[in-house]
Amino acid sequence: MSFVSIEKITKVFPGGVRALDELDLEIKDGEFFALLGPSGCGKTTLLRTLGGLESSTSGTISFEGKDVTFLTPGARNIAMVFQDYALYPHMNVLENISYPLKVRKFSKEEINKRVTQASEALSIQMLLDRKPGQISGGQQQRVAVARAMACTPSLYLFDEPLSNLDARLRLEARTFLKQLQRELGVTTILVTHDQSEALALADRMAVMDKGRIKQVGSPAEFFHKPANIFVASFIGSTPMNLLDGLVNDGKVVIGSMTFDIPEHASTARTGDQVVFGVRPEYVSLVSGPGSGIASGVVKVTENLGTHYLVTADCNGILVRGTAPDGSEPAMGDTVHLKPEPGRSLLYNKTSEDLY
Amino acid sequence: MKSKTMKGSRAARPGNSVLGKGAATAFLSPSLIFIGIFLLIPAFWTLYLGLTDYKLVGIEALNPSFVGIDNFTKALNDPQFLSSLKLTIIYVLGSAIFGQALLGFILAWVLNELSPRIRNIVELIVIFAWIVPGSVVAFLWFAFFNNEEGTLNAILGVNIDWLLDYPMLSIIIFNIWRGTAFSMLLFSAAIASIPKSHIEVARVAGASKMQQLRNIVLPSARSYILTNLLLITLWTFNDFGPYLLTGGGPGGETQILPIFIYDSALRYLDFGYGSAIAAIMLFLNLVISLIVLRMSRKGKK
Repeated sequence: MSFVSIEKITKVFPGGVRALDELDLEIKDGEFFALLGPSGCGKTTLLRTLGGLESSTSGTISFEGKDVTFLTPGARNIAMVFQDYALYPHMNVLENISYPLKVRKFSKEEINKRVTQASEALSIQMLLDRKPGQISGGQQQRVAVARAMACTPSLYLFDEPLSNLDARLRLEARTFLKQLQRELGVTTILVTHDQSEALALADRMAVMDKGRIKQVGSPAEFFHKPANIFVASFIGSTPMNLLDGLVNDGKVVIGSMTFDIPEHASTARTGDQVVFGVRPEYVSLVSGPGSGIASGVVKVTENLGTHYLVTADCNGILVRGTAPDGSEPAMGDTVHLKPEPGRSLLYNKTSEDLY
Repeated sequence: MKSKTMKGSRAARPGNSVLGKGAATAFLSPSLIFIGIFLLIPAFWTLYLGLTDYKLVGIEALNPSFVGIDNFTKALNDPQFLSSLKLTIIYVLGSAIFGQALLGFILAWVLNELSPRIRNIVELIVIFAWIVPGSVVAFLWFAFFNNEEGTLNAILGVNIDWLLDYPMLSIIIFNIWRGTAFSMLLFSAAIASIPKSHIEVARVAGASKMQQLRNIVLPSARSYILTNLLLITLWTFNDFGPYLLTGGGPGGETQILPIFIYDSALRYLDFGYGSAIAAIMLFLNLVISLIVLRMSRKGKK
């Protein structure tokens, strides 16, 4: 059952910026859903519109089948965690966590019970009488999550809650957030510009660009089957090979190289302008040249820890592949790069979509 | 080795400036000399005069004698002084605290909700009231309150001599009009400095506008509010502007302390008495400042 249902949401800011453009999206009950995209793509606007902090220009939003498009933020039974945590400097941790409960006029006993629960779940019970200025960034983040948790909302909205943490703490907080979300089982929407965060946390995710959704699916689908060239180039820790080519007699011709047409692209016809895509992780070094193999001179090698990223110049076309640590070629060597069968993707150059 | 690192970090340590003591003193001395000549010496001179029977004319002008605290005991038993003190308190409470500060905050709060464009236009208009010289403002309000052809009477269609019948109300309105811009600007800055997310957390929790104001905006703007209250209280307490409108009259109804001092010293030429009252005012200013500073320090802890 879908918990959040977004239909044709459009948001035009005064001044004419179209932040959301007739966007449709369904988010399932209990799901950890990530909204990913470059800055300015509309992901934060979408989250804020879901929270009621922005009003949409047109379209409808419903939670559990109930239309909430025109409800105030307070009436939506949601909790938000902001990038800057938004802890009140004049209140101590206890007062910060209990503030939304006080606004909602919970009884004193109920507030105490919930604050104790939330602060224990996040191991911040020893910080309750401190002011936000007296605790670390990681602790502040936990307090912000505890404040959201104590509200027991039916939907969590996270606006880049990890991006103010340093790299190591961010990884810890990530694991911890995922665990917490599993335990609570409450639908959660996370906005992030960090794809590794989205891939690691989300059950399903969406990539946005210019106010539209480019693809929705599981992190694995994003990694293995990006639906269009934008997503293909956006997702992945190493940039995907995206080579312009032409379909000719059941083969893809790219300069002097030819590759087999990937299995999924049975509708590609001779004469189609295409983009051949394959992740460097699925391009390995082989001993000699041949059909379906790109031969070239190594321009750059980059150490990625367990393996090397090798960029080779194949008659003016740059192709990237990987070699295991220890067997990497030297610069200037001639190498032969072979995409793994079944891992290549073919995009139509005009529509930019996957065949 | 150790002394080397000490030397390196010297410039960053407080107390050891890049300039060195000599240069720092040289840079500071002009302002210190001016402060000394134009502020400290007159202040102490006033204190001294308050202890004498110095007059502008007559025998005492040539040869003032030391009278101790006579002037001060006279002031505390002088009904005119006590009434002047009372009027000053009314004037400060009415025009500074309830007028400028409250109205300024309401304006800033309401403007914050409006579009930036409207905000800029209104702020510009309000600032005009602030940059016009006091004497010009006084003239404008004299024309506004005028009995015969005044704007206010024309608008209301009545015939009231405002400056004669409601003198205190008139100077309070005059000072509110003149000073609200400052409070508004300061509070606008205070409200703008509150991160948007702080308000949004309250909105998501379902807090009403009044709750947001009480729980988030006011505590966050606390230090701005106290600074503002301190400044406008002192300014209004020492304000001589109403003299231009009413001259302290009618019948002393608007004779606030600065005007009382002026009258004592320069109209009745009793410099000793005027100085004593000025010293009392100085003391009251000090008390007000200390109270507010104490409040703001308490808030920081």
